[in-house]
Amino acid sequence: MRFRKAKEFVIERLIYLSGFMSIVFVVLIFAFLLKEGLSMFWRVPISDFLFARNWYPISDPPQFGILPLILGSIFVTAGAGVISIPIGIGSALFIAEIAPRRTKEVLKAGIELLAAIPSVVIGFIGMVTLVPLIKNLFDLSTGLTALTGSITLAFMAMPTIVSIAEDAITAVPRQYREAAVAMGATKWQTTWRIVAYAARPGMVAAIMLGIGRVIGETMAVMMVTGNAALIPHSMLQPVRTLTATIAAEMGETVQGGEHYAALFAIGIVLFIVTFLINGVADVYLHKTKK
Amino acid sequence: MVEPDNTKLSIRDLTIRFGNATALNKFSLDIRRNEIFTIIGPANSGKSSLLQSLNRLNDLNPVYQKSGTVLIDGQDVDKIDAESLRKRVGIVFALPFPLPLSIFDNIAYGPRMHGIRNKKKLSEIVEKGLRDAYLWDEVKDRLQTPAMNLSGGQQQRLCIARILAVDPEVIMFDEPTSGLDPISTARVEETLRVLKQRYTIILVTNNVAQAARVGDRTAFLLMGELIEVDETKHLFTSPKDKRTDDYITGKFG
Repeated sequence: MRFRKAKEFVIERLIYLSGFMSIVFVVLIFAFLLKEGLSMFWRVPISDFLFARNWYPISDPPQFGILPLILGSIFVTAGAGVISIPIGIGSALFIAEIAPRRTKEVLKAGIELLAAIPSVVIGFIGMVTLVPLIKNLFDLSTGLTALTGSITLAFMAMPTIVSIAEDAITAVPRQYREAAVAMGATKWQTTWRIVAYAARPGMVAAIMLGIGRVIGETMAVMMVTGNAALIPHSMLQPVRTLTATIAAEMGETVQGGEHYAALFAIGIVLFIVTFLINGVADVYLHKTKK
Repeated sequence: MVEPDNTKLSIRDLTIRFGNATALNKFSLDIRRNEIFTIIGPANSGKSSLLQSLNRLNDLNPVYQKSGTVLIDGQDVDKIDAESLRKRVGIVFALPFPLPLSIFDNIAYGPRMHGIRNKKKLSEIVEKGLRDAYLWDEVKDRLQTPAMNLSGGQQQRLCIARILAVDPEVIMFDEPTSGLDPISTARVEETLRVLKQRYTIILVTNNVAQAARVGDRTAFLLMGELIEVDETKHLFTSPKDKRTDDYITGKFG
């Protein structure tokens, strides 16, 4: 009897501990980022860091302005959003509302498969197919552009958007549909005015999480955007994102050095942005549950 | 007997199957203008299937098969497009289910969908619907609040108002008071009596006493067969079929 009680106690505590682990990790990661990155702001004021126009980390004296990188990330993310949000929401509506059961199963499996493709593979495919296509289509000197990155990343955001939006749409009570149809609504009127309306919070969450994935994505972007840390003026110019900068330059830095700290400071910026996006998504996800 | 021009809905040899299960078998019935026609019968007798054939909601069910015809004002319902048919033949379900909108928008939804945009016209329709469903006085000061906040009985009357707003000719009620308390039930029944002056009403109910209270004529269904149909007072006082008698006196079902 006593042994059983002790066993219960231990198991309970272990589960308790695992539950807290993830939060502990997040806090530790953020603490580490701050520790390594904050020293940057003793040297360069935050406003200069965020808004100066030049990122020359290894010239003499070095210049650490991440504006071109921020704009690079914004261009690529916005482009990916413009492509993946309509397609993603449309396909979620199709899967949840219109597709016959067979088609639905096949499509869902396909979307899950798309989510499982490693980003380096998507990047690679983008590099060998999309890059020459964009180059020829727009008659550019290089096909490594923000647009190429956007299209590549749209493929990565889509599975997240589709599967979460589809869950939200499926969760809309059947009675809403029945009520609308019984009043003489057409299939489309029901789908758009009632089902999509009721599933709105879930769809916003889906979009946010999709965008979150795009901002954080590194490998595929690095392979297709050209990585020029210049302020972009159009989607057809090479850009470099925040994430690609960290990945590309971390190997060349001296631990504890100025450049090293600058990359961690970029990490802080990214962390805050994804944290905010996830926060918004979370708020909306909880709205759906209510 | 029924004069021909007094018939609103005419059901001829209607057989309904869902996959292998027969829900209605060779069913024929006339429903008159401006009457409250009640349908009673135990579970699985085909009551709801019948209703959902009248406005073709069954069409949405992939395993639904039907033979026979349903005529509305002499016109085959299968020849009318489903959306306009459903506008003419409204249905109120057992459980009230307001849309996730405000009270006003719940009722304005139907008219808007059918193309009415004018704000003043919409407010008139909403007010009229709510008045006719006896809900106006309770909600007139909070039309913009979510309909979900209403009580169960109010929600059911909201659903009635919602149907009235699309201006149907026939309103079908599928056990509209099964989830309501006695006072709300009395209100809904009161509403039905008034509505029959302008609409043809079909009421499916599990509550035999309710059929006796509000019905003009009553039909008794059992296992997809029409056992008996008569003036409500005749059916309840001197049923011709033994099974009807057993059911209304509570011996089975």
